[in-house]
Amino acid sequence: MKPFTVLDAIVAPLDRANVDTDAIIPKQFLKSIKRSGFGPNLFDEWRYLDVGQPGRDCANRPKNPDFVLNQARYQGAQVLLARDNFGCGSSREHAPWALEDYGFRVIIAPSFADIFFNNCFKNGVLPIVLPAAVVDELFQQCEGAEGYRLKVDLAAQTITRPDGQAIAFEVDPFRKECLLNGWDDIGLTLRHADKIRAFEDRRRAEHPYYFA
Amino acid sequence: MAPQTLYEKLWSSHVVHQEADGTALIYIDRHLVHEVTSPQAFEGLKLAGRKPWRISSIVATADHNTPTDHWEQGITDPVSRQQVETLDANIREVGSLVYFPFMDQRQGIIHVIGPENGTTLPGMTVVCGDSHTSTHGAFACLAHGIGTSEVEHVMATQCLLQKKSKTMLVRVDGELGRGVTAKDVVLAIIGQIGTAGGTGYAIEFGGSAIRSLSMEGRMTVCNMAIEAGARAGLVAVDDTTLDYLRDKPYAPKGAQWDAAAAYWRTLKSDEGAQFDKVVVLDAATIAPQVTWGTSPEMVTTIDGRVPDPAQVADPVKREGIERALKYMGLEANTPMSEIKVDQVFIGSCTNSRIEDLREAAAVAKGRSKAANVRRVLVVPGSGLVKRQAEAEGLDKVFIEAGFEWREPGCSMCLAMNADRLEPGERCASTSNRNFEGRQGAGGRTHLVSPAMAAAAAVSGHFADVRAL
Ligand code: SF4
Repeated sequence: MKPFTVLDAIVAPLDRANVDTDAIIPKQFLKSIKRSGFGPNLFDEWRYLDVGQPGRDCANRPKNPDFVLNQARYQGAQVLLARDNFGCGSSREHAPWALEDYGFRVIIAPSFADIFFNNCFKNGVLPIVLPAAVVDELFQQCEGAEGYRLKVDLAAQTITRPDGQAIAFEVDPFRKECLLNGWDDIGLTLRHADKIRAFEDRRRAEHPYYFA
Repeated sequence: MAPQTLYEKLWSSHVVHQEADGTALIYIDRHLVHEVTSPQAFEGLKLAGRKPWRISSIVATADHNTPTDHWEQGITDPVSRQQVETLDANIREVGSLVYFPFMDQRQGIIHVIGPENGTTLPGMTVVCGDSHTSTHGAFACLAHGIGTSEVEHVMATQCLLQKKSKTMLVRVDGELGRGVTAKDVVLAIIGQIGTAGGTGYAIEFGGSAIRSLSMEGRMTVCNMAIEAGARAGLVAVDDTTLDYLRDKPYAPKGAQWDAAAAYWRTLKSDEGAQFDKVVVLDAATIAPQVTWGTSPEMVTTIDGRVPDPAQVADPVKREGIERALKYMGLEANTPMSEIKVDQVFIGSCTNSRIEDLREAAAVAKGRSKAANVRRVLVVPGSGLVKRQAEAEGLDKVFIEAGFEWREPGCSMCLAMNADRLEPGERCASTSNRNFEGRQGAGGRTHLVSPAMAAAAAVSGHFADVRAL
């Protein structure tokens, strides 16, 4: 996993609540057996005017000029500003893969769906929960000033606005550590292999019917 | 000992290791695998040179991509075929407890075949790279959906990194009215608490109305816990649970059964156990439900109307309703019973079990598909359900009514195969998600119970099944 330390980047505002994983990456793209290459189809139904097909080159597809990511001022954005319950719906990890592949490393929202939130951390994407009023203000600032950037410092747990104001955010200490170091969960867990084996032996003795 | 909730019992019996911040390693008893969310996990495992920890925990099938007709032609879509063949190859190489490949007699939707084969048992932790894994909580299992990285993590370590959820009790008291089903109960719950109402919680469903449901009905309710934002739904063990499991192929037998059953009977919340939140519904007030929008919480009763955004003060809510109505092609204040449908879908891991098909068939019997309805798909959840339905003659009832009787699979629940809505088409669907484009780009989905879906199919518009 790519480590995450400090990011200073353009912000794109996606002003709708309950953005679900079907919208983030429509299901026809789930047929891939690869982990990469989902970026061009991120938000496919909103981003393009035609219907996207897997394996098709997106360069020449008609773009929806009204969709925020198609506007010139948000090109190169790596921070996504979102509304309540972002990432609801299915457990597909293709959603964070698509966001990451597109270039997003930080998503800020008042709330996230659980599974999506979890999946982000495993893919080097930092989801940040901020109070709705704070997110509202960021939306206003971002929409009001072209080239709006935020600096996100994971170690310090701060987001710094262009006007210099710093916003503190919470992050689970374990997740933070993994993200800062780019650690892979499996390697970490296997350090406890003996404990897992001991637990399993005990469980097998107590409840043999789960091991048939 | 202090009284414990069912969730706490399941949680504490699976903790292998706990970090100071509360992150725990949870042991996983059952790992369900399907073709869409597993290829990258198998690949990651191989690339890292790791072996699966316990092959006998794996139950696998192909369901999302498989066609529901013309099986003699195989899978014609090359991309779908590649995904299914990749699963075949991976399972052949790695191994599993059970594998039901495409066209196997017992193949079907992963959440249908797990329980019907007795590979889902009370007290287990069950995971799958699919959010509707919450279904299995109907058996007092700690069951939830995981992402592909976690699929790989479970394969490699037999554990999952988890934080303990908060607990919520949703109690449905009293008796359900005639024509009101488990689907209506869960839609009414989501309508009340919202699609984010359960975020961060494990929801236990209780109360006399839940107790009176069959296992099929309880699975329908737990299936949609995720649509209320909760990763896991739970129902305590009782006689209904044990009666359902007793003769299932992978359920324990003889003395093992007796030992298991004695333990399973303890899998309920203790008297006086404290929940972080309690929500109470009165079963008698629940009427058949129909969704009108693009989120399961956008729901009303069959005698209700499409909401009027002008009446909503909160600007974010108003805009959400306006957007949904525009997508759905609906006018404010239209009576739900006047909305015409183009297609009907009876199936999915929410409502494709034998009882669901019986309920739909009871409505279809002696009636026929309305002329304005282009197609009615009936897709059983598994090969076993299909043959059971055929033994009961339900297939004939459907076919005589002009419905199509298909092979098992996920089908038009998410339209990854050829079964889908055309842009602008409206569908009465027994599935679980009415998101934009879920059943095909531009398609419009209304979630209903199987009986209500059949009522819409024969009426041409949504209709109160109680009046038919
Ligand atoms: S039936 Fe639908 S919700 Fe259930 S597993 Fe299949 S695609 Fe997912």
